[in-house]
Amino acid sequence: MSEQATARYTNDFLREVEKNVEEGHWVKMCMQCGVCAGSCPLGSAWAHPPQEIFMMIRAGKREEVLTSDSMWMCTSCYNCMVRCPRQLPITHIMHGLANYAHRLGLSPKGQPTQATATLFWNNLIKKGRVNELTFSLALYFKDGFVQGIKNALNMQAVGFGLMKAKRLNPMEILGGHAVKDQAGLKAMIAKAREIEDRKKGFAK
Amino acid sequence: MAEMKTAAYICSGCGIGERVSTAQMAKIAQKEGKMALVREHACLCDESGVQTIKDDIEKEAVTHIVLAACSRRVKTEAFNFPTVAMARANIREGVIWSQPEDAEHAETTQEMADDYVRMGCAEVKKMKVPEGNPNRASNKRILVVGGGVSGMTSALEMAEAGYDTVLVEKSGALGGWAAELVKRVPSQQPYADPADTGVAELAAKVAAHPRIALHLNSTIAQTDGAPGRFSVSIAQESGATVTEEVGALIQATGFTPYDMMKLPELGAGKSPNVVDQLGLEKLVKAANGGAVKRPSDGGEVKRVVFIQCAGQRDESQETEGRHLPYCSGHCCATSIKQAMYFKDANPDIDTMVMYTDLRVPGTGEDFYRSGQQKGVTFTKGKTSSVEAAGNACKVSFKDLILNEDVAIEADLVVLATGMVANSGMNIDIPEEEVEKMEVKPISILNLNYRQGKDMPQLKSGFTDSHFICFPYETRRTGIYAAGPVRRPMDMTQAIEDATGAAMKAIQAVENASLGRAAHPRSGDLSYPIVRLEGCTQCKRCTVECPFGAIDEDEKRFPVFNESRCRRCGTCMGACPVRVISFENYSVDTVGMQIKSVDMPDEFSEKPRILILACENDAYPALDMAGLQRKAYSAFVRAIPVRCLGSVNTIWITDALNGGWDGVMMMGCKKGDDYQCHFVKGSEMASYRMSKVDDTLKQMGLETERVATYEVAITDIERVPQLINDYAEKIKEIGMSPMKGFA
Repeated sequence: MSEQATARYTNDFLREVEKNVEEGHWVKMCMQCGVCAGSCPLGSAWAHPPQEIFMMIRAGKREEVLTSDSMWMCTSCYNCMVRCPRQLPITHIMHGLANYAHRLGLSPKGQPTQATATLFWNNLIKKGRVNELTFSLALYFKDGFVQGIKNALNMQAVGFGLMKAKRLNPMEILGGHAVKDQAGLKAMIAKAREIEDRKKGFAK
Repeated sequence: MAEMKTAAYICSGCGIGERVSTAQMAKIAQKEGKMALVREHACLCDESGVQTIKDDIEKEAVTHIVLAACSRRVKTEAFNFPTVAMARANIREGVIWSQPEDAEHAETTQEMADDYVRMGCAEVKKMKVPEGNPNRASNKRILVVGGGVSGMTSALEMAEAGYDTVLVEKSGALGGWAAELVKRVPSQQPYADPADTGVAELAAKVAAHPRIALHLNSTIAQTDGAPGRFSVSIAQESGATVTEEVGALIQATGFTPYDMMKLPELGAGKSPNVVDQLGLEKLVKAANGGAVKRPSDGGEVKRVVFIQCAGQRDESQETEGRHLPYCSGHCCATSIKQAMYFKDANPDIDTMVMYTDLRVPGTGEDFYRSGQQKGVTFTKGKTSSVEAAGNACKVSFKDLILNEDVAIEADLVVLATGMVANSGMNIDIPEEEVEKMEVKPISILNLNYRQGKDMPQLKSGFTDSHFICFPYETRRTGIYAAGPVRRPMDMTQAIEDATGAAMKAIQAVENASLGRAAHPRSGDLSYPIVRLEGCTQCKRCTVECPFGAIDEDEKRFPVFNESRCRRCGTCMGACPVRVISFENYSVDTVGMQIKSVDMPDEFSEKPRILILACENDAYPALDMAGLQRKAYSAFVRAIPVRCLGSVNTIWITDALNGGWDGVMMMGCKKGDDYQCHFVKGSEMASYRMSKVDDTLKQMGLETERVATYEVAITDIERVPQLINDYAEKIKEIGMSPMKGFA
């Protein structure tokens, strides 16, 4: 029997998820009815619907779960959560698992939802406000310079329209406006991160 | 009783008077029915109507009455005249409510009402007031076989209700399997943790109760008699035999765990680390509060796997269905409880329940959730094998959610094997086959009945009882089954079951002491009377009685045990020489009704269809169809029968000879999932009617002229449809040529 096999179906990974993943303590309460899997409007696009993810966690498939792109596919429609007869916060668990995988660096590279979320976050914490112009540009150019130019040209008409309607200020490219107390913001985020690290087992 | 004086009462209430001529009915009662007294009344069930009847009984010495009013199933409190014979012509539900209210149907509606009056008059003259079973006996002690939770509960309930109880237990102590348990699945809020079994307290109460006589280390050597007068020989360990006289018995002999040695593929016998659920209870008990150790080497237990449905629900091809085909019901919750033994002691131990369908009905769902909260994990998977692997076990299974084959290691494997009923001998197995058996079956009750030593079984070895309506009733009157001998069940259900059976046993001894029938004709005072001088010793009655009520004497004449009898009349239906009857229900009471109707001639276009309807289901369905004004053919005349099993083929022959165009027989569902109140009645009827075709052919009649239907009490829509379809068919076949000969 391989090392992998003997470790399978032990509760180690289930305990890890329970401890480190947001709402992870709910995973053990799943009764495998499959209503979530049947209710997901994008279910066919997922490699593993929530029911399967929960079973994989119990089966100790740590690597497979954390490297899966399934939970990144969730669009937060909350259909599964409304229907779950055991009232598991499935949507939140999916996000929790995605975040945990990301923090561990196990999440699939270049996963679009993950890339967008990362750009959004990095943009936001710079000045405490989302700079729509730089965020859009960063999105256009995330797949390389040539693709970026193509994306920008495609969106040209929309951009001018937004400018005309005063919904987009080209001067924002210079840095844009910020929250008043930037030092305070930085301190707040640092504290939040510290708390999260402690909760999710990343504290040094 | 003194000379017969008859009276007919024609009610015109509830719209009867507006729809039919009660004057004409009265005339028929007098002229054709030969009733000595005939009265019409505007509302017979009111005070003055009832008083009129009472006065006639008292002052006019009326002994036989016919009420032409509503169905015999209603107004039974108003029309309660126990001192006279009474027939009731169903004019309301059976005629005016079942016929369309228009001029076109007026003539046929009147004909229907007239015929029912004729039938009532014909019936009542053949009836007698039942006097009650003369062989009544009034021993009110009750004997319980089995000292487990079910048996102890029954004994205690009856003792507390004031009935002296005898409890016979095979082993040396009370408690049964439940005494082996460390804890039980909880039966009280919040259904979260294993609970104390309470068995020791129950046993102490039973042992100390002044109304309970205990026989430990004892078995039943022989059971003889009938309700109210059972004589039970009890064989004691010393070899001595004592006899207890009792009025009723409860068999609470429980179950035996399915032998796990039949499951070598699941590691049974291959490793000491594979145990069944009771085996695990023993390990936990032996650990005495400490950590459970691995049996093979005393090593630490880090992971336990519970395998559900081990040797149960087995209908698979590969195993040729050689294990139990059914689900034992309690095992899922039991495994959750046992997993909690580990989790509550040490949450670091992994416990996994492997199931295909987790079945935890009712509050078991709360217990399941509690198990999950405690970290018991559940895997939907099918185990293919368990093998010894050093001091561990290798469990190979298919994960049914992830659809892959996996093998894992476990320190301890618990097999959830099922329950096998301790129901004694299967009396349906022929003796020559029993002789061939390696392990001879051992009887529990040792009944001194010609039909066999134990109670009949339905399937899978559980005692037969009416599963839906009367679960505690068995096919041996005065003997009730309770607990897992009846069907697989958990402790909570067994306690409920035992209480129900206790109440039934009390009812049985009370009814027996009054010479009355037990369920389902509870309170019936009539009983089978046999005219032995006409008997040909054919044994059909003794064989066909579903309740083993009839024995045989040395000359092979039937010996009726009236108090074992349920009064279904299956014997009466079976008797080829028609020597069996009841005082108020006989070949004649029905036969004369059949012969009494006015039979229109072959060219009248008015066929006559006889309905023989089971009074338990089909007849109420007909009444309810009337109540809901669901019209059906005016050519039918319905006669309620106690059970289709009581239908004697002479009625069919008489009807056809008398010019009836068709006969519809309506009884309950038969087969394994029967609904017949008398278990085998409808089956017997169907068997007998399968042979009626020959008679029909001999008479030169079409086989369609006799039809048998299964009708449930809920078939309110279907019954009128069946009637109308059949009437249509008779129209197609044409009128019977047998008219005018009778």
